[in-house]
This record gives sequence, C-alpha cells and structure tokens, in this order.
Amino acid sequence: MNGDDFSLLSVIIAVLGGAIRVGTPFIFVSLGECLTEKSGRINLGLEGNLVMGAMAGYAISYLSGSPWLGVLVAGLSGAALGLLHAYLCQQPRVNDIAVGIALMILGTGLAFYMGKSFIQPQAPRLGSFSLGSWSDIPALRAALEINVLFIVGIILTPAMAWFFKYSRWGLIVRTVGESTDAALASGFNINAVRMLSTMAGGFLAGVGGSFLSLYYPGSWNEGLSSGQGLMAVALVIFARWNPVNCFYASLLFGGAAALGPALQSVGVTSGYYLFNAAPYVLTLAIMVSTSSNNRVLTGIPGDLVNPGR
Amino acid sequence: MNNVLRIDRLEPLIIPMTALLFALILFAIFITLVGADPFGVFHSIYRGAFGSWFSWQNTLVRAAPLMLTALCTALPARMGLIVIGGEGAFVLGGLCSALTGLMLVGSPAWFAISMMMLAGAITGGLWIAAAGALKYRRGVNETISSLLMNYIAIAVMNFLIIGVLRDPATLNKPSTYPIDEAHMFVDIGNSSIHWGLVVSIVICLLLWFLSRRTVFGYAVDIAGGNERAARIARLPVGFLVLATCFLGGASAGIAGMIEVAAIHGRANTSLNAGYGYEGILIAFLARHNPLLIIPAAILMGGIRAASGLLQRSHDLPDATSLVMQGIIFIVILGSESLYGRFKIFRQQHSSERAVA
Amino acid sequence: MKTTEKHYTLTRRSLLKGMGSVSLLGLFGSRMRYANAGSKVNMGFIYVGPRDDFGYNQAHFEGKSGVASQAWVNAFDQESVPETVEVQKAMESMINLDGAQVLFPTSFGYFDPHILKIAKKYPEIMFLHCGGLWDEKKHPKNVGSYFGYIDEPVYVAGVVAGLMSKTNKLGFIAAIPIPQVLKNINCFTMGARSVNPDITTNVIFTGGWANPVKEAEAANSMVDQGVDVLTCHVDSPKVIVETAEKRGVYSCGYHTNQLPLAPKGFLTGAEWNWTNVYTDYAKMIKNDELIPNLVRGGLKEGIVKSSPYGSAVTPAAKKAADAAREKFKTGNFTAFVGPIKDNTGKVVIPEGKSYPQRDLWLESMDWLVEGVIGSTKS
Repeated sequence: MNGDDFSLLSVIIAVLGGAIRVGTPFIFVSLGECLTEKSGRINLGLEGNLVMGAMAGYAISYLSGSPWLGVLVAGLSGAALGLLHAYLCQQPRVNDIAVGIALMILGTGLAFYMGKSFIQPQAPRLGSFSLGSWSDIPALRAALEINVLFIVGIILTPAMAWFFKYSRWGLIVRTVGESTDAALASGFNINAVRMLSTMAGGFLAGVGGSFLSLYYPGSWNEGLSSGQGLMAVALVIFARWNPVNCFYASLLFGGAAALGPALQSVGVTSGYYLFNAAPYVLTLAIMVSTSSNNRVLTGIPGDLVNPGR
Repeated sequence: MNNVLRIDRLEPLIIPMTALLFALILFAIFITLVGADPFGVFHSIYRGAFGSWFSWQNTLVRAAPLMLTALCTALPARMGLIVIGGEGAFVLGGLCSALTGLMLVGSPAWFAISMMMLAGAITGGLWIAAAGALKYRRGVNETISSLLMNYIAIAVMNFLIIGVLRDPATLNKPSTYPIDEAHMFVDIGNSSIHWGLVVSIVICLLLWFLSRRTVFGYAVDIAGGNERAARIARLPVGFLVLATCFLGGASAGIAGMIEVAAIHGRANTSLNAGYGYEGILIAFLARHNPLLIIPAAILMGGIRAASGLLQRSHDLPDATSLVMQGIIFIVILGSESLYGRFKIFRQQHSSERAVA
Repeated sequence: MKTTEKHYTLTRRSLLKGMGSVSLLGLFGSRMRYANAGSKVNMGFIYVGPRDDFGYNQAHFEGKSGVASQAWVNAFDQESVPETVEVQKAMESMINLDGAQVLFPTSFGYFDPHILKIAKKYPEIMFLHCGGLWDEKKHPKNVGSYFGYIDEPVYVAGVVAGLMSKTNKLGFIAAIPIPQVLKNINCFTMGARSVNPDITTNVIFTGGWANPVKEAEAANSMVDQGVDVLTCHVDSPKVIVETAEKRGVYSCGYHTNQLPLAPKGFLTGAEWNWTNVYTDYAKMIKNDELIPNLVRGGLKEGIVKSSPYGSAVTPAAKKAADAAREKFKTGNFTAFVGPIKDNTGKVVIPEGKSYPQRDLWLESMDWLVEGVIGSTKS
C-alpha cells in the first residue's frame, strides 16, 4: 500500500502507455482522413480500410513470415478501397458519405470473409524497442515499449504539416479542397488530386489497421476494431484539419481508452461505461464549443462546406 | 407526349433495377472465385428470402425496423443533411418507451401502446433534432455529431441497464423490468409478422405524403436544393431543419419502441443490433424517398433472411451477406451518376429532379 | 428452496416421475417425428459470434463437430446470429427448411423471449439452451437447459495461480458483472486463497464480450499494478493470454485450450467439453428416450475439463491442483462453505451453512468474495 500517490502515478503511466499503444492506429487513420478531407472529400469508410488492413496485414505476415510485408499489403489494400471510393465519388451526384458507409460494409465483409482462416494461426508480429530502460519503474518501461509504426507516425505528422504548408503538391491539394473554381482556374485536375489523396489516405488507414493486428492488441479477429476507423473521422474535425493536432488528438483518444481500465485496476470500480464513452463526449463538446455562429469552422476545407459539384 | 413522359417516369425504376442486376453479377463472380456455385447460392437466397410464405415472413419481419431507421436518414437528407444517428435514436427510443411501459403496467393496452410510441418518438426525435440544432445554430457537422451521439446513447443505455434500471431477475442478461404482456404487439393473424410492420409501412406512407404532397414537403425540397433560394423565398430554414430531424429521429425512436413492444418485452443491450446503421444505406438506396424505402428495406431484409440458409446449405461464412450488401450498395450508389445520361429518358427531362 | 433440477446421470428416471400426461403426449409426438425423419438425428446449433473465436462460440462449434462425427447425426449450424428476431427466424428456418428435431441456441440471451416464444409454436421440437434456467412452472416442456460448472476447473486454475504468483496479486478481466462471471471470479479467488490466503484478485470489467483493445489495455494496466497471473471471462481470451505472454506474466485460459498461444507463461485453464453433452443428447434422441429438461454437471460428469498444464507449473502446484480436481470429481465438494464474507465485509454465507454446487442460489450470484478488488456496480 503506497497510498494515493502510487495509484495516481500508475494511472498516469497507464494513460501514457495507452496513448501510445491505443493511439497509434488513430494517428494513421486520422492523418489519412485529414489528407482526404483537405482535398475536399469525406471518406467515412476508413473503418472498412482499417479492418481490411488488419486482416490483410495479419494474413500476409502469416503466409510470408514477414510482418513488414504485411504492413505494406495492408496499406495497399487500403489504397485499393480508397481508389474505389475516389472513382465512385467523382461520378456526378454520387454522395461521398454514402459511398463511405457502403465501402465500410464491403471492406469489413470482405475482411471477415477472407479472414476466417487466419483467426486461429499465430502470425509473426511487429517488434518493439524500449525507450524506457533508464527507468526502474517496470510500468513505465512497459509504457515506453515503442513500435516502429509509432515513430513513423511521429515523423509523418510534421511531414504532412510541412507538405500542406510549403510544398507545391500540398498547395494543390489545399486549393482543390478549398474551392473547385479556383482549382479549375489554376488548371488542376481536381479528380486526379482527390483520387490520389483518397488513395494515400486509404493507404494510411490500412497501415493503421495492420498495427492493430500485428502489434497491439496483436491478433486478428472480427471484433478487433471497435469503430476506431469511424472515430478517426470525428477526430479530424476535432483536430481542425491540422496534422499536428491530429497527432495530439490521437494520443488523447488512446489515453482516454486506457483511462477506464486503468482506474479499475487501482480500485475505481464504478462508471466504466461512462468512462468508455468519454472520448465521444469530449469530441462532441469540443466540436460544439469550437464551432461558431457564422457556421464556418476554422480550418475546414471550403469545398466540404459548400460542395461545388 | 404521353409516351415520352412514361419513359421518363421509368428512369428511376430501370436504372436501379439494372444496377441491382449488375451487382448480382458481380456477387456471382465473387462467389465463383471463392469456389461456390453461384446458381445454387442464388437459388438459396431466393428460397430463403422470397421462396415461400415462410421466408416472406422472415423477410418482412426483418424489414420492419429497417424502414423506420431508414427514415431517420432519409428525411433530413431531403434538407441536405446527412444524419447517421439512427442507431442512437433507436436505442434511446426503445429504452424510454420501455420505461414508459413500466409506469403504465395494468393500464388499457391502447393507451399504454400509444404512450410508449409517443415516448419513443419524442426521445428519438429530440435526440436527432439536437444534432440538427447543433448544425443550424453552431455549424457542427451533423454527420459526425450524430455518429458520436450513437456511441453516447449506447453507453448511457448500458450504464442504466447494468445499473439502476436492472431487473435483478434478469440474471445473465441484464435488462429492465418487463413491460405488461398485454401491451405487447401481437402477430398479424396466424402469421409470425407482428403489427409493427403495419405501423412501419403506415409511417412510411404518411411521411411520403408529407414530403411529396404538402407545402411542408415542397419547402423542404426547395431549402434542401438551394439554401439561398430558400432564404429569398423566406422559408423558415431553421424550423425545417429541426422538423425533418425530429421526424426522422422520431421514426427511429418508434422503431426502437416496436423492437421492445414486439420482440423483447423489455429494454436490453440487444437493442443495439445495428438496425440504425443498416437504415442509412436503405435511405440512400431509396434515394431518400419514403415510399421507395419500403421495397428497399424488404430487399435488405430478404438478404438478411437468406443469410442463414447460405451458411447452412453452402457452408459459406456469415460475412457472405455482408459482402453481398456491400456490392449492392456500391453499385446502386454508383448508378446515381447514370440519371439523365441516357437519351431515351431525356426528351422531357427537366431540372426539377436535381435534388441531391 | 425446492428446485426442479436433476442430477445429470439420474435425470431421465426422475423426470419420468414428474411428467404429466400432456407432456408425455408431446414427447410421444416428437418420437413419431424422429421416426419419420429417417435414421439420422437432425441437430441445429446457433452461435452468437463467429465459430472460430478461440472462445465461447468455438467451444460449442467443437462440440457440434464432435457430435457430427457420428454417422447417424446430421448437424448444421449458423454463426453470428444476434439476440433479436434474427435468432427466432434462424430457429424456425432450421425447423422448417432443414428439418431440425432438436435445437441448441447457445447464447444466454437467446432464452427469454426468443426460445420461449418459438418453443410454444413448435411443441414437437426440443429446444435445449445453454446456461438458462428451465423452470417447470413457467416454461414449456419442450425446452431444456444445460450448463457446466466451469467454475470447478476455474477453481483448480485458481489453486495453480495462487501457488505460482509471487506478488500475490491475480488479475481477472471480465465482460460484465453477471452471475456466471461473478461465480468464476469468486471461485478463481477462493481456489487461490485456499492455498495462499494472502492472494487478492483484481477485477476489470470491460463492459462488452468482445473488445480486444480494451482487454489488452486492462491486461497491461493490471500487469503494471503488479499482477502476475491473468485470467478472464470474455468471449475470446486470445488477446489476454497473448498479452500476458508478451508482458512475461502467467496466464490461465478459458473456454478452449490456449496453451499453444502462450507456451512460456500458460498455467492451465478451464474448458468446456460440449462434445460429451451433445453426444449424450443425440443418443437419447436416437434411442427414443425422454430428454431431461435440466442438465448440469462439472468435472465429475465430464462437461468441463482443465486445460493441460503449461511448462512453468511447478510439481507442487500440479499436485495441489490435481488434489483439488479429485475432490470435485467425487461430486461432494463445494467451495461455498460458510463462513464466507463478500468483499464489502458482509457475511453472505453464515457459519455452518454450505451450498452444494447444484444449488440454484449460486446461479444468481451478485456478490464478490473477500479478496476480490472490484465492484458489481456499473
């Protein structure tokens, strides 16, 4: 019994560890969605990419023995679904949100179908390296077991922010997302830009899925995703279409998911359903409080407000 | 002129039917690729969904809640809002109607059933209207807010059902106390279809009438098509947003009530079975037309009904029907782009159909 | 408390005594039906989740596959059937389209109202439900329930855990606080404390039957708290057992054998052995015997079993666990002997009072035993 200090410390460590472990797939999916939305489309189907990526990653890792090949194929499967989304949405009158939901069903359906034979076997997983060996608190050491994909996420975040802000390609994506008229005037191929953005976004979501099956929790089954792909879409709005904020928001969501179990493990035993709902309430509250009466959110790609189809 | 008009009218029928056929061909290719016999599979789907009075009952009873949850997306969509909060409205509508039923144990059935339906409608209606209000007042994206509200609604229901509302006699399946057995919906005649199907169809018809044959419906279509035109015409856009969201949410809430009153007799976690999410796609399939929602829901109900037979007689996994649904939805959504593209439908075609 | 329960091996005769003529007629009708259906026994199984979930549903699927290996049995199944009107329709389809004579809807939530409603409509079909409580006064005669005292091998696993733990802290990851779950938590703890009174068991409820991320988080935070043996009661223990292995702590399995998932840290586990139960039922139908409405059994009857010991288990722990198992196999042993306090200090079973395993009071358990850290509130 070390008293409350010990409990508080261990809850903090658990939330930190959870932020990293649970947050990583959110980082990938939300960065992917951020890219897609910046180009002026919402892809609500990233849940399908995530589940498909989780299955494909695990299956390929099992069949080939190489988890990194699995990650790659997971990304490619996500890009393929992204391609489908982009192709359909560039047809006149086709609603991107509806297509997203349809792809979510198709993606999970295909993943469940093809994944049946990969529930039982154990595939090689991604490894991790320890950043916490300086500490003598075992819990902290465990929390700082870092997977390479998390590092990739750390690198990708500022890279994407830089991309949007300074690169010519980023400017093109933003222009296409801000105003189709301006993009047309500049001679950009709107459909091509959006297709590439959606495919790249889908790729990232697929990679996020492979993190679930190949690292944490590190196994493929049909209940693996509890809506992380859907939540990541909300997270992008929460993050005001800013990649750096997406990263922080992902960590926050990951930490929030760890809060419930962590509190129970130190003896705070009631209200776990409400703790589980905390991320959703938080997102909604922030969405409400940061939006304004003139009905335009700061940072929102203009074409998402007034779609100029 | 009459002749041309008729072909024009056929467009919304021929395009989705052709798309459906195309989707089935794609599904057949998938089935062949995974090594099953597509003809046998289609025969089983037909047998399981529409092949006999028994399978028709299976299909219809599954279609009933889907009709109402589809309205939850369809009505706001006519205003240009994409609401996906049917699951939350369904769950809370069911929970509140069960609580209302508990307070009315022993009262006359007609009274209790109307009160329960009212409770479900008001709860679901306010829940979705809240998303509409956030959109109108604060510009909060209604798609995302209604999605988040689904998770919140489910958490609230779980919290209450495992906690204060739990009937201790429901040992391993926490539920509320049961409503009065006399207040349950019964089956129609000696079929196994409960009266909820009739209620669902009637609500679809009423809302179709409202949206197609009344001033309110025209106002919604104008406002949904072009907000600036609506402002010039001095339409009360705020009211229209709230009203369509409320009506949509109320429909999903009534679906939750029917689920309680016709199936479970109490509220428990089984309410959270995905009817709300499936409704979204049916709304899009029906192009947000309350009348077309009825056949679209029956089609999806049929696929669900056939799913079991596919598992048992072809040894296909449960995900097969998910794949089939996904293919159908994607092809039919993609077929939206075909409207107006064919000359044969074009002669009399005007821009009046241009509502997204 | 007078119960209608019958001992597994004695059931048939005692049931015959208790049966009224009406129900006998009903059963007579069903015999006719079986005869018409040809020589095969048609059995339908329904699962709430995928049949290869490494857990609850897989255990039933293995039972189904076991009984299906008999040449005179025709068994078919359907997976991922939600506890809605879907299951009612699945049952009716199996009866009408596949000619099922007996149905095994295996999820607890299928019972009320779904099985009860359909059973009234098809009095000649037998509905056997896993985990439910058949009540002679309330429920149709063509409904029955079967369940295994899996808390017995859980208790045995607790004995192993109690002797293997170095920190004296065990962890139990559970879905929701319902009697079946609470009984397992209590038996695991009592088993451990029977050999090591210093043991405490930390409980985390995840709030759902299948939520791998939450389960992994729960496992990690308990290991961070110094827990060094993990077990669980969720639909699929795979993630928890694997997380324990990754974190270098011991684990006890549940539902099916998870030894291959954690070759280093796996101790033992509690498994179902539904093949036995389903084969017995199939034989009764084949031989035209009356089917008992309430079947219960534990280690003695072979409805449940322990998983094989992992390589880490010490000989002393094996010996203690074997001894505990032998006690259960006599059929006279119960862990619920007073005085027993719950974890709030209240006496739930007074001195001198004891509840045999078959007492139905135990199946409505709503308390956690002394030594458990956790609460049954949501």
